[in-house]
Amino acid sequence: MIEFDSVSKYFNGVPAVSNLTLNIRKGEFTILIGTSGSGKSTTLKMINRLIEPNEGHIRFAGEDIREQDPKALRRRMGYAIQSIGLFPHWTVAHNIATVPGLLKWPKKQIENRVDELLSLVGLEPAQFRHRYPHQLSGGQQQRVGVARALAADPEVLLMDEPFGALDPVTRGSLQQEIMRIHKLLGRTIVLVTHDIDEALTLGDNIVLMDGGKVVQQGTPLTLLAKPENDFVRDFFGRSERGIRLLSQRTVAQSVRADERLDGTPIHQEMTLREALSQFLDRETLQLPVVDKDNRPCGVLHFNDLIRGSHDQVA
Amino acid sequence: MTRLRDPLLWLIVLFIALLLLMPHSTALFSWLFPDLSRPVYQQESFISLAMAHLSLVGISSLVATVVGVGLGIIVTRPWGQEFRSIVETITAAGQTFPPVAVLAVAVPVMGFGRDPAIIALVLYGLLPILQGTLAGIGAVPASVREIALGAGMSQGQTLLKVELPLAAPLMLTGIRTSVIINIGTATIASTVGTTTLGSPIIIGLSGYNMAYVIQGAVLVALAAIVTDRLFERLLKHITRHAR
Repeated sequence: MIEFDSVSKYFNGVPAVSNLTLNIRKGEFTILIGTSGSGKSTTLKMINRLIEPNEGHIRFAGEDIREQDPKALRRRMGYAIQSIGLFPHWTVAHNIATVPGLLKWPKKQIENRVDELLSLVGLEPAQFRHRYPHQLSGGQQQRVGVARALAADPEVLLMDEPFGALDPVTRGSLQQEIMRIHKLLGRTIVLVTHDIDEALTLGDNIVLMDGGKVVQQGTPLTLLAKPENDFVRDFFGRSERGIRLLSQRTVAQSVRADERLDGTPIHQEMTLREALSQFLDRETLQLPVVDKDNRPCGVLHFNDLIRGSHDQVA
Repeated sequence: MTRLRDPLLWLIVLFIALLLLMPHSTALFSWLFPDLSRPVYQQESFISLAMAHLSLVGISSLVATVVGVGLGIIVTRPWGQEFRSIVETITAAGQTFPPVAVLAVAVPVMGFGRDPAIIALVLYGLLPILQGTLAGIGAVPASVREIALGAGMSQGQTLLKVELPLAAPLMLTGIRTSVIINIGTATIASTVGTTTLGSPIIIGLSGYNMAYVIQGAVLVALAAIVTDRLFERLLKHITRHAR
């Protein structure tokens, strides 16, 4: 979908991105992660030509983006940044309609689309349509930002630390929301963050960058279980690595299906990290498990948490 | 009822009433200044003085706004940035130059009348408008500009749909200051033969007629207050989205 071919970008002679080769597959949720100055934001902004590379080629849907009109290219890509990016003098509806308006959609179609998107991001259209950004909370503003990025049904969604300015609770619910939207619409998403847990929760594919280069890329499990070097290991936290590995697996993967147990059950979609918390909270070594229809489907043993952490790496 | 409680309405009524009643105020001014043989200015009607005054201010403020806002936009574009400091310096110099001195230089070249007065007023009123425009555009958050471009707006669309509407309150504040200054300053245009509400003031000062000075000054002051209130109203209207 998006291919970087030996791309370099210099700011005043200093390389921000050097010789980057990267392939972002269609429909995948890709996370660009790294410390400040690792080149992750520069990489993202080169995709919609807000920043032009000095060397190399970037292809979008098979075509070199330099041969396309930047305005037309950007209208095919949704773009969301931290909440302050809403136009303060426009209503919520007008903000969401930015790109459809530029594409000159009929008025009726735009109105329907705005309502559809407000519902999609969990805001009641009748209540929010005519509000101005300053009348919304930070989380609501960010939902509008996501809706605006999705407005013209873009082929790819580019997000630059979209949840960076939010409190942990709001951030968590928006992360759930964006994962639901990703599953629902199957859209290609590229998201920049420096939050490790956000990357591990959201990403299908994580690209860890440092000093303008890709250090390692792969599934969250690969990066946690098979770090290629000490930088990767340190980045994902030596002391918390085990816990983060647990959060990559669900109860369903470790449940003993032929056993039954009485007591308050846990759901099989729960991550093993949450299950660990339940074990400690209830001071027990075994927990009954139910499926999504609340039917008993087995028992989780504390010992089973430890087994198999590194097994499922492709 | 709420309309009747609006002070702006009453200020406008008062201004028009004074324009109409001033010619009939001989009794009042002869009582105040018993020594004067002709206590009320009668060379021109106060209404025609006010119309001439407001049109002079209107034309010069319009020119100053077009030039000031235009320069402000040009020097904030990527291609115009290198002219920014020189434009700011020249405009600031325009305001340090007293309007009377501009008149003194312009009259020998252009002759007596409105033209030298308009030039003096435009030069004098440019600085607040330019500063307002620069401050307004400068206050547009970089993230908002980035989103506008990222959504696929052209440079022109970004300017018209995003930057100027967001800069408008500060721009309007600059224009307001400029117009109010010009309403007062326009009175001195009467020293070079332009008819304004300054005419009674200038003639009164040279002929020791305090009654003329008061008549002109009261009307000019009221015109400035009414205009200021009108701008206040306009500013509220364009910033309604922030409330």
